[in-house]
Amino acid sequence: MYDVLIVGCGVIGAATAYKLAKYNLKVAIAEKFNDVACGTTKANSAIMHAGYDPEPGTKKAILNRRGIAEAREVVKKLDVEYQPIQSLVIAYNDRDMEEVRKLYCRGLANGVHVKIMSQDEAHAVEPALSPNVIGALWSDESAIINPWEFATAMTEVAVINGADLRLNAEVYSIEQHEDHLTAVTANGKVDARYVVNAAGCYAPFIAKMVGDDRIEATNRAGQYYVLDKVEGRKVHSVIFGCPDENGFKGVLVSPTVHGNLIVGPDAEIAAHPEDLATKPDNLGKIRAAGLKYVPSINYRNMIREYAGVRPTTNLSDFIIEICPTCSRMINLAGMASPGLSSALAVGEEGVKLLGEAGLELVENPDFRDERPPVIRFKELSPEEQKALIAKNPAYGQIVCRCETVTEGEIVAALHRPIVPVSVDGVKRRCRAGMGRCQGGFCSPRVHEIISRELGIPEEKVPKDKQGSYIITGRTK
Amino acid sequence: MADKYYDVVIVGGGPAGLAAAVAACEKGAEKVLVIERDKVVGGILNQCIHNGFGLHYFKEELTGPEYAGRFAKMVAETRAEVVTGTMVLDVTAAGMKRYVSCISSENGYCVYEAGAVVLCMGCRERTRGAISIPGDRPAGVLTAGTAQRYVNMEGYMVGKRVVILGSGDIGLIMARRMTLEGAKVLACIELSPWCNGLNRNVVQCLNDYGIPLYLSHTITGIYGSDRVEKVVVSKMDGGKPVPGMEFEIECDTVLLSVGLIPENELTRNAGIQINPRTNGAVVFENMMTMTDGVFACGNVLHVHDLVDFVTAESMKAGAAAAEYAKGKRVGGNIVDVVSGDGVNYTVPSKIRPENVEKGVDIFFRTNHPRKKSVITVKSGDNQIAAFKRDYMAPGEMEKITIPKVLLAKCSGSMTVSVDDAVEEVF
Ligand SMILES: Cc1cc2nc3c(=O)[nH]c(=O)nc-3n(C[C@H](O)[C@H](O)[C@H](O)COP(=O)(O)OP(=O)(O)OC[C@H]3O[C@@H](n4cnc5c(N)ncnc54)[C@H](O)[C@@H]3O)c2cc1C
Repeated sequence: MYDVLIVGCGVIGAATAYKLAKYNLKVAIAEKFNDVACGTTKANSAIMHAGYDPEPGTKKAILNRRGIAEAREVVKKLDVEYQPIQSLVIAYNDRDMEEVRKLYCRGLANGVHVKIMSQDEAHAVEPALSPNVIGALWSDESAIINPWEFATAMTEVAVINGADLRLNAEVYSIEQHEDHLTAVTANGKVDARYVVNAAGCYAPFIAKMVGDDRIEATNRAGQYYVLDKVEGRKVHSVIFGCPDENGFKGVLVSPTVHGNLIVGPDAEIAAHPEDLATKPDNLGKIRAAGLKYVPSINYRNMIREYAGVRPTTNLSDFIIEICPTCSRMINLAGMASPGLSSALAVGEEGVKLLGEAGLELVENPDFRDERPPVIRFKELSPEEQKALIAKNPAYGQIVCRCETVTEGEIVAALHRPIVPVSVDGVKRRCRAGMGRCQGGFCSPRVHEIISRELGIPEEKVPKDKQGSYIITGRTK
Repeated sequence: MADKYYDVVIVGGGPAGLAAAVAACEKGAEKVLVIERDKVVGGILNQCIHNGFGLHYFKEELTGPEYAGRFAKMVAETRAEVVTGTMVLDVTAAGMKRYVSCISSENGYCVYEAGAVVLCMGCRERTRGAISIPGDRPAGVLTAGTAQRYVNMEGYMVGKRVVILGSGDIGLIMARRMTLEGAKVLACIELSPWCNGLNRNVVQCLNDYGIPLYLSHTITGIYGSDRVEKVVVSKMDGGKPVPGMEFEIECDTVLLSVGLIPENELTRNAGIQINPRTNGAVVFENMMTMTDGVFACGNVLHVHDLVDFVTAESMKAGAAAAEYAKGKRVGGNIVDVVSGDGVNYTVPSKIRPENVEKGVDIFFRTNHPRKKSVITVKSGDNQIAAFKRDYMAPGEMEKITIPKVLLAKCSGSMTVSVDDAVEEVF
């Protein structure tokens, strides 16, 4: 019997697990995929929003502010790739300036450091902007983050402190008993006194499993381009357009923590939470929008496209509550943007609600708020590199040429508290294959290293999810 | 700051690097170093187990590994040193000195000073992301070269029902290879109205196995949740899909052979001028880049279709690097080579007549297939030379040689064009 079962290991499930790790509790996490952070947390804009967007007083507004404040400390403690960066909401005309003023007032109400900038000021802080930009809202409280690493790091801490992470464990149904719930999963039955529903786009379905029909998924997909670092160097801020009539923030242009540039997303009803197909018409519009912001973007340097699905629902705010139909379940649903920014605060709220629902929260004196260090070879000085190679020659072998990732880093990733089992899992841990050749050179090597280190035949190593096999057999 | 000095440091141990090493030693360079990141030298040739290498240089038909092996042996017989498993992280050419920094398991982080540097890093394949094919992102979409590596070097098959996008040579060769390994190759799909590979490969790799080639078609969608399940193929006209002309092919694998890109990250970081037409460095007649003492040759300079041409070009570069290291400097006037009508690019793009002995070779590609045509070289309004061809295609590199006497007639620049007055194929 577990005290708490968290359903879903995206950033929300991870943050909840991290917060629960501080207490003397038996925690399990059931995740549908073969790795953590494979849902919405995998594909989004990766921005820690400053907090001038949400309507003052809403959960989104309050938790966004709390979330980013705490994240500043946590990313340092857990060594998560993170970089503070200014953000701009740009205006082309008077209507837009009206929006900028509205956001400015919201920003002030939410306690954000914001400024309205003139045309000259905006171009001075971001020379890449189109000359047609007439003014902008500016804030220095935003940041960019590696969202997978953020979620993985928090889950690692939970695992180190005893949480039981069950992968390939989709929850099919939940049985309600007098003093506990039983989740029937693809990886066995799990009994727990309380369940946290952090299933992202699937959260409405998990709620239905205990008879809560109020939440309806209205998932919206967003598509993106990823461009080479050559393009990433051109931009030094997160650039948003003004929200349109429907309040949709529209396409943004932003560098990533790895130095690439992303352009996107749009918003379109998703047929299914896992319908991540990109479409030519959407991409065409995104391209044009990006160029309107930053005319110097050269799309010849694109290296990838992706899409993510927002777990939007019929309710506009985050849904953070004790489930009305089952007092042993906590819903953390509707985690659309700024869900990533708010994650730590949402996790905190989840713990508070568990307490209200009757869970005794006794602090664990042995709690270890740390995870094994991550070595990023490329960021070391030549002296440090030399010393590292002398200690472990595997750090002298570059496997991913584009991102300068060594065999040592890949091997280390495969022996961490949470073991990636796929080529893409390794990519999310240490960037191997994320560069301009998209794994053309290194994926066979990574494949081989996974097989060797984990002792599984190469035929059994998937590209990403279970079923995404790479090899069909031996040659003749 | 350097751990060691070499007269010539060669970055990359593929066919270009090996030939450059042989030539540098022949020209009398005392200390020559070849740095290769792979475990063995030979570069991309190691995975090209088919025939067709060396017809020009060795006058016999070798496989890729055989060709590489011969050059590796030739290098072993010189005084050149070869280090493998060593990745060059940085080339700097600031002021009069040149440094190459690299890492390896054995030697850790090292910095070498170089009298001259020859860049021979080769090229990489263009990927799905670079050409933006919409749809899902399942497993089973690989570049032809990655598939070639799996099949020829690791001994694994990567699919059973295969569609090939692009008619580049590696794609054509993989069509045959996959068929011989028991896969069904369902189609080869090419966006342009002509094939981009060597004609001999179309015949030997597609036609001989009855694999249909769809010209003026492309893949406009790849679908499948975990593994590729199907592709949508569209007929193209003027860069746009023709509505109603699309069809689906059920397959589990898509191999991409959609172009090669010279790997010039080191070159760019060193601040060396790049030719936007080739994505390789701008070079003089002796393969020296616009940065003194740094040379470039092989696929890192421009993409070749025959290794024999890589060898010839790299011999030139290696020899010139050795001479540079010994102190030879070239002066005099510079003739710019301009790509005129029908010419996609030229290598070299600058010629110093003082440094030309008898004549200078100019390599280029034409922009589309042509039957009888005339290559003209003009300086201002004056025609300097003309060359006749019975057949030209973008997939086959052209070479013309301008005698030194004619170079003297060029003032400032020369323009190479392919005369369009002649009847065309399409
Ligand atoms: C296009 C886009 C852009 C965004 N940009 C930003 C941004 O810039 N800044 C920001 O703050 N936020 C942004 N967001 C929002 C942010 O990404 C999300 O709020 C956050 O990732 C949600 O995390 P989650 O854990 O709730 O969901 P997820 O990451 O989807 O995690 C849910 C997990 O539950 C698992 N699961 C589902 N069903 C089951 C089941 N039955 N059994 C077991 N496991 C199950 C899933 O596999 C998944 O791993 C963006 C979102 C999108 C789509």
